[in-house]
Formats: sequence, C-alpha cells, structure tokens
Amino acid sequence: MHNITPYSSPAYFIYLTVLLLPIMIGLLFGKRFKWYETIATLIILSITFFGDKSLQGISLIFYILFEMLVIFSYLRYRRNKNNKNSFWIFTLSVVLAIVPLVFVKIDPLIKNPTISLFGFLGISYLTFKSVEMIMEIRDGAIKEVKVTEFLRFILFFPTISSGPIDRFPRFQKDVLNIPSREKYLGMLKSGTNKLMLGLVYKFVLGYFFGTLLLPKVSILALSYRDQAPLGISWALLAYMYVYSMYLFFDFAGYSLFAVAISNFMGVNTPMNFKRPFQSVNIKDFWNRWHITLSFWFRDFIYMRLMFFMMKKKLIKSRITMANVGYLTLFLIMGFWHGETWYYIVYGIFHATAMITNDAWLRYKKKHRKQIPSNKLTKAFAIFLTFNVVCFSFLIFSGFLNTLWFQ
Amino acid sequence: MDEKKEKIISILKDVTGLDNVGSDPDENLFADGILDSMATVEVLVTLQDEFGIQVPVSEFDRSQWSTVNKISDRVTELE
Repeated sequence: MHNITPYSSPAYFIYLTVLLLPIMIGLLFGKRFKWYETIATLIILSITFFGDKSLQGISLIFYILFEMLVIFSYLRYRRNKNNKNSFWIFTLSVVLAIVPLVFVKIDPLIKNPTISLFGFLGISYLTFKSVEMIMEIRDGAIKEVKVTEFLRFILFFPTISSGPIDRFPRFQKDVLNIPSREKYLGMLKSGTNKLMLGLVYKFVLGYFFGTLLLPKVSILALSYRDQAPLGISWALLAYMYVYSMYLFFDFAGYSLFAVAISNFMGVNTPMNFKRPFQSVNIKDFWNRWHITLSFWFRDFIYMRLMFFMMKKKLIKSRITMANVGYLTLFLIMGFWHGETWYYIVYGIFHATAMITNDAWLRYKKKHRKQIPSNKLTKAFAIFLTFNVVCFSFLIFSGFLNTLWFQ
Repeated sequence: MDEKKEKIISILKDVTGLDNVGSDPDENLFADGILDSMATVEVLVTLQDEFGIQVPVSEFDRSQWSTVNKISDRVTELE
C-alpha cells in the first residue's frame, strides 16, 4: 500500500469516517475514549507514513523521540527552582529543536541524502509546535506536560501534515474538557459546513485552477517568452492570477478539512484563512492569510526580537527597529519555504511591502485631513493589495525561474 | 480613575501618539487597530520599567491585555 497524503484521496476520507465514528458517538454521550483515540491515531499515522515508503515513518519516530528529549530536558531544567532562566540554555534548546528541520531544508542544496535522516511529511509543522512549547515553557505559560499529552498534541492527526498550527495550552483546554451535547452538535454542524466548503475549494476550484488551467497558461506563457524582455506577456499575467487562485483554494481547502476533522473530535483548531483577498493593506493580509503561521512568526519571532532590541536599546529609532524586525521575520519565512532564490526574494518582497505600508500609514496619519477616505479609496486599496499579493505569489511559484533560467 | 490607570493611559498616549486613547477604559485596543505588534511591545517594555514588573512575552495573551482596565488588572497581579 502507498503512503496516503492526508485529505488527498477518497480512500483517506473513507478511513477517516470509519475511524471517527466511535469518537463522535462517544462525544455525543459525553465521553472521550482516550485509548480508542490513541488506536485511531496509530492507524491514521501508519496509513500516512508506513505505506510503501516506511522510511518516512521511521524518521517520524526518531524525530519525535529527539524532540521529546529536548523538550522534556528543558522542562526539567525550568522546573528546578535553583536554576535561573538562562538565556543560553533556552537558545540551545530552540536550536536543538530546529536542527532536524534545518537538515531537511539544506539537504537539496548540498545533495547529501544522509544528513536529512529526519525527512517526513509535515516536519515543519511539528517543529513549529515543538518550538512553541519550548518558548512557552521558558515564559512559564507551560508548567507541566505529561509524555502522553505531548504525544497527543504533536501527533494530533487532523493537522499533522500542514497545520493549522495550534498551541499547547489552547489545545489542552479543548481535550481536557468534554463539550456539552448542545455545544458538540454545534461543532458537528460547523465542522460539516467546513468540510463541504473544503471539498468545493480543494477538489472543485483548486482542481480547476491548478490541474486544468495552470498547465495551459504555463505553456502559453513559455511560448511567448522570447517576444518581450523578461518574458513578460499577457499569458504571464494570467499565470500569476491562476496560480494565486490555485494556491488559495488548495491550501484553504486543506485547512478547512483539518479544522472540520478537529471539530468532529471536539477540538476547536484555529482557522487559517479569513477572506485574504479582501485585505485593505499588506499588514491586514497577513492577519488573514495562513493566520496560524503568521501569528506564530509574530508572537515567537517578531515580538520577541522587538522586546529584546528595545530592552537592550540596540536601535534607537522605533521605525528602523520595526523594519529590521520585518526583514528578519520575512527572511526567515523565505528560508523556511526552501533554499532557492525565489523564496528568498518572496521574503524580501513582503518585508519591503510591509515597510512601505508602514511608511504610508505614518504619512496618512499626519495628513489625515488632505487624504480622502471613502468607498472608492477602499476599493482601490483592496485592488492594489490583491495585485501586490498575486505578484508575490508569482515570485513564490518559481515559474519565473523556469521562464528565465531553464 | 486611579493613579495606576492614569499612568497606563499616559503610556498608551505616548506610544500611539493619539490623544483620545483610554477615554473609554473598556475600549478594545487591538480590535480598533490602536496597538500593533510594535506598539504592543513598546507598551510592555514601558510597563516593565515604570512598574518594575516582569511581563512574559508569550504568556502575553492578547485577550487579557486588550483594554485599559484589563492592563491595570494584569499590572496589579504582576506587581
């Protein structure tokens, strides 16, 4: 049997439905069958990771053991009252936690398959969760973790392959509590709606844009590439919009499935998208696009960096400091996507957009009386943001790499 | 209004540059876009210095720090 990527095939949904039924019946009667959830998790994980390519599964096991060692060592360190909250031990723990992911990411670059022993589907998302736990253990927001709780959180199968990225304290609140029947029925209803919408997004719209349209505009754009400098053509513009639509519907569809299945299990996994193409500026966009990732970056990288710089008074100007923060954040996000020029440029592009946006907002604040603000300007703002975002996705798609260098 | 809240409001005014911040102590500072991430950090750092408290960044739950009244409660807890 092949490894089945979550939510990618009818077979997966059939397995899922069968496995979820006992959990749902349990919740309707106010019970959580912990042992059964464990078995269901093991079955789903073996379908996903132990098909024909069982190396993935073995990597997952080693990865989990490694992260467990790092997190529980750090927890033990923090629980001992004699220890100070050392910055260096904290940093060391974070570095150790991301080492497997770094190996996986630089592997294609040095073409040495032995170093990325830990490669498996979803390693990024498990690493985000692990780092979040270390950060919150440091701050004292997480004081106690049982091994079983850690495993349940990290291996929560609805979100294992691509998020949304939940947080341990929030997740615990849900799983330690059994919703009332009324509340659970509400969750079932909203979960079903999300599941249906997800099916339309991923298998109708995502399929239409990604599988039917995208290859066609791609061929078209490539056929025009000698007609104008940089291969610019109407077909390239079409590629930009088609790819952006595909990216959104495919990923938002997947995220809806993940949230829906969580709901069926009585867990309110946070939503990942909130009408991103209606954003009025780029900051607004990042509050609506891949929300759990951008909030992770906001809370665990940007705000921490700002806090550190402000306390140490590294940079005087608040504006410069914010800009350095944006650049750091989006560069890290670029490198996380992969070690290619277009992901890095994508990061720099978004940092520049954020910096420009901040400058504009400052200008607007000062000249509030002279700058009109009405329905028309709002429509223009949405239009402009949409196009800036689509252009960034064109960079992200790597199509320019094909167009220019291959 | 007590001294603590006045101090908090004056910090908010300094950081945001808005004169009418805090006129309603239950106004949601995040929802109305008054505080962005940067301004939030600046407020937290200033609160630390002014009140001599330790504000943990990740324990920082937005919903618990969203109004002048709530900030004041948190400061009291941490003092």
